[in-house]
Amino acid sequence: MAGTAVRGRLTWQTATVGPVTDETPTVRTLRLEVPDWPGHRAGQHVDIRLTADDGYQAERAYSIASAPGEPLTITVERLDDGEVSPYLTEEAQPGDQLEVRGPIGGYFVWEAESGGPLLLAAGGSGVVPLRAIVRHRSQVGSSVPVKLLYSSRSFQDVIYSSELDFPPDGVEVIQTLTRSQPPSWHGYARRVDRQMLAEVAWPTADRPLAYVCGPTSFVESVAAGLVGLGYPAERVKTERFGATGQ
Amino acid sequence: MSPVSRGFRRKREAAPADRVPPGQYVTRDFPVLSAGPTPHTALDRWSFSITGGREPKSWTWDEFRALPTETLTRDIHCVTRWSKLDTSWQGVSLDVLLAAVEYESRYALAFSDGGYTTNLPVADLLGGKAWVAFNFEGSPLGAEHGGPARLLVPHLYFWKSAKWVRGLRLRDTDEPGFWENYGYHIYGDPWREQRYAGD
Repeated sequence: MAGTAVRGRLTWQTATVGPVTDETPTVRTLRLEVPDWPGHRAGQHVDIRLTADDGYQAERAYSIASAPGEPLTITVERLDDGEVSPYLTEEAQPGDQLEVRGPIGGYFVWEAESGGPLLLAAGGSGVVPLRAIVRHRSQVGSSVPVKLLYSSRSFQDVIYSSELDFPPDGVEVIQTLTRSQPPSWHGYARRVDRQMLAEVAWPTADRPLAYVCGPTSFVESVAAGLVGLGYPAERVKTERFGATGQ
Repeated sequence: MSPVSRGFRRKREAAPADRVPPGQYVTRDFPVLSAGPTPHTALDRWSFSITGGREPKSWTWDEFRALPTETLTRDIHCVTRWSKLDTSWQGVSLDVLLAAVEYESRYALAFSDGGYTTNLPVADLLGGKAWVAFNFEGSPLGAEHGGPARLLVPHLYFWKSAKWVRGLRLRDTDEPGFWENYGYHIYGDPWREQRYAGD
């Protein structure tokens, strides 16, 4: 555990916004060019700092969307009452500058030796660090079987939809749309509940490892559901988004 | 010198600098951040213990609730950058709990249901600076916020205020707890922005 600690002092580094991709009407992926990025692990996050021309600064943390070895990439959901996320999703353009500090966090991290099978459960933009895990698994040639249970409000809110349509071998994507579904929808159409988890989750006899990320209500209910199915609490790693703020 | 992020402007009201530490913003919500599932411990199986002193000391829930309590209002500051002002709590002061133990240790490791730990100097637990809190805004503390009882050390970043706290291990050395082992600051003073190791 101590071996995963961040060594030395983390310093702010200037990043230049690279290519941006609109994932949904409110979610954007931004590549950040950082000359001295020290590298990161799948599941970690990064602090972002913006500076206005009057010197005012605002900082927030975002999950890293890219696998280790890939350029630093974040995927940001716009929060209407936010200060940083509206800038990143609507204003920032390639060539703009901001600052990054990281990587941060060492618990909500998957590496090949962490094993599996993996149950990845995402609510909304909680899919971001789990996408980094799936990409990392492919990158290192791991054959750990993965189920990604992903809950979105509606079809247009699905992040990374083109990637999820063609998952790598050994990765099964199970989606649920909680608020509205297109006419041809064959996935689940309700919030993740105990019955859905029982249908989707690996049996406990397989010694699965679960990563759950999303809004607090989603994480509370999924984590409790998995513990109810017999998952040991220490095999259920969670990352919760607060109700406000990014 | 930080580079200017073209087109970025302040959208929030300026936070009062004497209330809100650097890098923080004020929220009215009470976000939940925990590394695992929320534990639920029945009160008849709950205890609070202090080990590492001359004799171990333990309180059942009823014994704990029979101790004198304090009601207090404090600002709290999470390392993820939200601050919440004027939160009100009821709890038992660590001055009361530690007075029941003979010890010379300078450090404490708080431990919780679910395996969470965090380290603090004993000096930061004494002198009216720390409580084991069981009520929040006049109601029993919800499980997602650390109920039945959590540590409350509002002058440090809130990860030091261990949820679901079950006791303290007193020790001679300052050994890192859960988040401190993952690169967060060993002490965590929000006014000095001690977020990560080396800050």
